[in-house]
Amino acid sequence: MTDTDPTAAAGPTEDSSLGDGTRPAADGVPLLEIRNVSKFFGSVISLKDISTTVRAGQVTCVLGDNGAGKSTFIKILSGVYQADEGELLVEGTPTTFHTPRQALDAGIATVYQDLAMIPLMATWRNFFLGSEPTKGFGPFKRFDKEKAKRITRKEMADMGIDIRDPEQPVGTLSGGERQSVAIARAVYFGAKLLILDEPTSALGVRQAGVVLKYIVQARDRGLGVIFITHNPHHAYPVGDRFLLLKRGKSLGDFAKSEISRDELTRLMAGGAELEELAHELEREGGKADIGRELAEEVKALPG
Amino acid sequence: MSVTTAAPERQQDERVAKVGFLRSLLVKPELGSLLGAIVVFAFFATQSSVFWHASGVANWLDPASTYGIMAVVVALLMIGGHFDLSAGVQLGTAGLTTAILTTEYNMVIWVAMAISLALCLAIGFLNGYLVVRTGLPSFIITLSTFLMLQGLNLGLTKVITNTVSVGGIDQEPYFNGPQSLLASQVTLFGQKFYIAILWWVLFTVAASYLLLRTRFGNWIFAVGGDETASRNVGVPANRTTITLFMLVSFGSWFVGNIYLFRLTSIQANTGFGFELIYIAAAVIGGCLLTGGYGSAVGASVGALIIGMTSQGIVYAGWESDWFKFFLGAMLLLAVLTNQVVRKYAEQSRR
Repeated sequence: MTDTDPTAAAGPTEDSSLGDGTRPAADGVPLLEIRNVSKFFGSVISLKDISTTVRAGQVTCVLGDNGAGKSTFIKILSGVYQADEGELLVEGTPTTFHTPRQALDAGIATVYQDLAMIPLMATWRNFFLGSEPTKGFGPFKRFDKEKAKRITRKEMADMGIDIRDPEQPVGTLSGGERQSVAIARAVYFGAKLLILDEPTSALGVRQAGVVLKYIVQARDRGLGVIFITHNPHHAYPVGDRFLLLKRGKSLGDFAKSEISRDELTRLMAGGAELEELAHELEREGGKADIGRELAEEVKALPG
Repeated sequence: MSVTTAAPERQQDERVAKVGFLRSLLVKPELGSLLGAIVVFAFFATQSSVFWHASGVANWLDPASTYGIMAVVVALLMIGGHFDLSAGVQLGTAGLTTAILTTEYNMVIWVAMAISLALCLAIGFLNGYLVVRTGLPSFIITLSTFLMLQGLNLGLTKVITNTVSVGGIDQEPYFNGPQSLLASQVTLFGQKFYIAILWWVLFTVAASYLLLRTRFGNWIFAVGGDETASRNVGVPANRTTITLFMLVSFGSWFVGNIYLFRLTSIQANTGFGFELIYIAAAVIGGCLLTGGYGSAVGASVGALIIGMTSQGIVYAGWESDWFKFFLGAMLLLAVLTNQVVRKYAEQSRR
């Protein structure tokens, strides 16, 4: 999959087994470039001079504590707000999104913290919410239920989740499963860039590990990922680039080679559940590389 | 996808019990009302044999049909997360408009009906527009429309006709056309049935189809379930809400004109208080007051229960004043049953 190909833009692709394990080259035009973006609400400076890049097949982590401006940042990227200063370049073209729909059409899909899912609705209804497939014409145009159910089951299976019953209300799924429905949905609808808003924050250690696995999977399929988190221990193992925010300002935008996990942690003053997570991931077995990476970083940690 | 490891999730699968046939039935929102309808029918059938003979059936299907048409559209709106307290009084507005325009202003009936429809749709649009623009609860917005329309129906009718009712529409040309469409009777098994019963079935089928088989139906559930979330994934929430209010107004127009052409006259207070019966029918049919859950068939069955009760009380030889008491008791019972059933259903799926 060549992610810089504009013809491969938004729109569902029935065949989503795109990733063959090879990650696209990290050079060329970035999927999304953010240049000196600022946002003001009246006299409040919510974001000031934020810049970073997201490339296909890479994960850009946005780290910051509460109130750092992470939410505002996402909302600018997803078309909820418009930047007051600076510009967004989508595959090299300056772009402004006026609505979430426009961002979606450009292949930028946001998986919100609250997941934008309706708990009482069936999984397959949620999966296609807002972009329902139809069959028939004119007044007989109807929601293609069979197709929706079939695709939901297949896409979830591709993420390694065997949903037994697409009729199951989303509210009865576990947190990690719900996250995976949201990610699978975004990927299916032709997202080239996934924005994940604190996908791990509400989850237990084990579930968080599962979600990190999905992030790596999405990356390996050639998607660009923006991973918003306040936890450097979740960010460092999967990230290729790190943007640190503090009180609306950028503390820096680093490639992985430019910053060590220590520095990242020091800048973030993060938590201490890293070791636990490494163990958990190792026990998972399947995604051993994350676990190993985490474990190495634990060893490298002074004290 | 070379890295899929489904093993841990498979283990989770085994924790989920098989959803049996009975249990999958219980999850259906309309089931409780269906059981209720059977119980109510059996009860009144034992009280009076007329109740289950053709004449009795025609008698209770009649109120059930007009309540039912409205209950179905009100249920759609409730699943979409809103109330319309002006649904009842709009019946009066619709009927009065048709009647006054034809008898007082000599308009052709069809034109008067078209204007009446346009007026109702405008009211529905205004209700919906105010709700989405202000973000105020629809309860308050439509309470205001309800009160205003109540005043207008009475006030304007008195100013124009000097009485509180408009009659004589059967003297107008073209009366037979809409009359046969909306208020004619069909003889079956030697018993006359109102055509509204057929319309009721059609409304129920159409609404069910809309709700379960179309994109718009998916949006109704979504907007009622979580408006912000549905907006985030690109559902046109405002358009959905406004359309739903307009659908209710369309129903009010339809039923208001059914009343007019049946009785050939209409009272200025037609429909006052009916809005609560419609909401009760929808709730008995399994609609959640908080939105996002319910069914058109259920609301229809809810109306059937209400229709059977209103006539059954008379057949049983009781004072018809008892009707409201039974209605309230049934509503309470339905809400409690729905709650238990839904909890059971949800638990079984965990």
